[in-house]
Amino acid sequence: MTTIRPAWQERPRPATQGTKTGALTVILLVILFPLYTIVVTSFSTQASINQAGGMVIWPHGLSVAAYTDVASGGVVGRALLISLGITAVGTCFSMIITILAAYGMSRSGSFGHRTILWIMMITMFFNGGIIPLFLVVSALGGYDQYWALIAPSAVSVFNVIVMRSFFAGTAQDLIDSARIDGAGDWRILWKIVLPTSRAVTAVIALFYAVGYWNSWFNIMLFMPSDSSKWPLQMVLYDYLTQNSQMVSAAAGFQGAAPTLALQMAVVTITIIPVLIVYPFVQKHFTKGVLLGAVKG
Amino acid sequence: MTDTATVTVTAPAGADPPRRPRRRWRVRGRRDRALLVMTLPALVLLGVFGYAPMLGLVMAFQDYDLYDGLLHSPWVGLANFQQLFTDPGFWHAFWSTLMLFSVQLVLFFPVPIALAILLDSLLSRRLRSVIQAVVTLPHFFSFVLVVTIFNEVFGGAGVLDTFLRSHGIASPFDFMTNPGTFRFLVSSQLIWKEAGWSMIVYLAALAAISPALHEAAAVDGAGYWRRLRYITLPGLTGITVLLLILNLGYALTFGFEQMLIQLPAVGSGAAQVITTFSFENGIVAGNYSYGAAAGLFLGITSVVLILGANKIAHLFGEDGLYRK
Repeated sequence: MTTIRPAWQERPRPATQGTKTGALTVILLVILFPLYTIVVTSFSTQASINQAGGMVIWPHGLSVAAYTDVASGGVVGRALLISLGITAVGTCFSMIITILAAYGMSRSGSFGHRTILWIMMITMFFNGGIIPLFLVVSALGGYDQYWALIAPSAVSVFNVIVMRSFFAGTAQDLIDSARIDGAGDWRILWKIVLPTSRAVTAVIALFYAVGYWNSWFNIMLFMPSDSSKWPLQMVLYDYLTQNSQMVSAAAGFQGAAPTLALQMAVVTITIIPVLIVYPFVQKHFTKGVLLGAVKG
Repeated sequence: MTDTATVTVTAPAGADPPRRPRRRWRVRGRRDRALLVMTLPALVLLGVFGYAPMLGLVMAFQDYDLYDGLLHSPWVGLANFQQLFTDPGFWHAFWSTLMLFSVQLVLFFPVPIALAILLDSLLSRRLRSVIQAVVTLPHFFSFVLVVTIFNEVFGGAGVLDTFLRSHGIASPFDFMTNPGTFRFLVSSQLIWKEAGWSMIVYLAALAAISPALHEAAAVDGAGYWRRLRYITLPGLTGITVLLLILNLGYALTFGFEQMLIQLPAVGSGAAQVITTFSFENGIVAGNYSYGAAAGLFLGITSVVLILGANKIAHLFGEDGLYRK
């Protein structure tokens, strides 16, 4: 689908065109090349890695040994399952709370909704910081517990506000007529507001999911030492900073896959879920970024 | 730091006319019971993990002890702050924060604008959307992942090092661990990760410029550069000023994860910022009150910065983070 050049616009000179093409190629390469070499290395044989002297650019012989190793258990396989679990549970939990709070404040003129909104928004501007939060969660027994990786960051006030402004825009006529027919607020939310807000619900769910998948600092804070409970990001961090016998040694491998391939498999596995949801986010995210600007 | 910049939230005050008839609050409270119940889970979570820690900040004025708790720890007045403001480590972190922030801002800020102008000039929509998809992708990566990816390219056994060694050149310096170039490292990571994402806002601003302006200028004989200078750039001024101002609000709190991840590699001389200073003293060293004092300092200065930034945004006639 090519738009036709407007009549008033001069044709670019070949030099301009060349510069532009060059710039775009460089930009694409800068982003894609590192990902390419990581993926290729993760599929490489020891011989191929030796020949390259490290990261592989031109593969000579591919192997899936690294992935079968990961799948056969050990630290990485377990971390992957833990990460998937936290992301799934956390996203559901966050969505339920966000949808309820957003709808609860979305009916104009309802009792106290502005006060509640202000109470929530204050936490966007000021918070107690890391140390009091750490002590609160510890006092509740959250140290080394999975719920500590979910509950403290489960509500994003920003997401609540975005969703609220969408819900507020749901056709009031529809809601009024449902109310006349005797529907309460729970039923209106479930039967009218949610079905008409699928797009925004999907976008916010994806943002939450990406957030849970990527979260790392809360693990550092609440679960720094028990490596048997670590999600993937922490295993990756450990690999990065210990540089890192951990991934291969603790996984207890019998040396089927080269260490470097194994390490790059960890990186690849961290990227893959993002790549899977990315097309869905991408479809919506121009909206998503500008979403905030919608006047509520 | 760019992520937060695109957040424009409108204050709940004003605006919508009341649709439901206003009655006595008790009646309205009973009528809207279901709605109030719905907000409860969120309020409880924010109460426990948002407001309770705020109360916990009083420990900044105590010599907090884990076993005595908030109620029985001895009060020490401003002693923690006195110690903080005479601690060379704190001031080092403070100036590092400002320096890293300025370098990142200067290097990062023009990139998404240039990228948007470049992308906007493409005629093929398909090419545009492919490039946009690629450049926004890294926004969805975690900083752990981004630093790892940088490490595989620039690090000790990375692509660049391997390439240089195979051509018999010893790597001149290690970009990933060199404190002297750390500011450029974090800036390039930020650009790699966020430039594409930040670009989207500018693309929308460019799309809002009427083509008729360009056409009229072209008919009057203005070339590409003149149109860029007198039509395109002025069309971006509003959003640029707004984002620039809003970024200032995060001058002291930006990049916490990014710095914390790389602290072991480059050392605290270059990567220690106030947020990591608070974390290391408070949690890692177990000096809770001292860390909380640094945290409280950060919290207060950040609120002042954010409110101040919005004030400036309002002076420029923009909405800012909230409306006047």
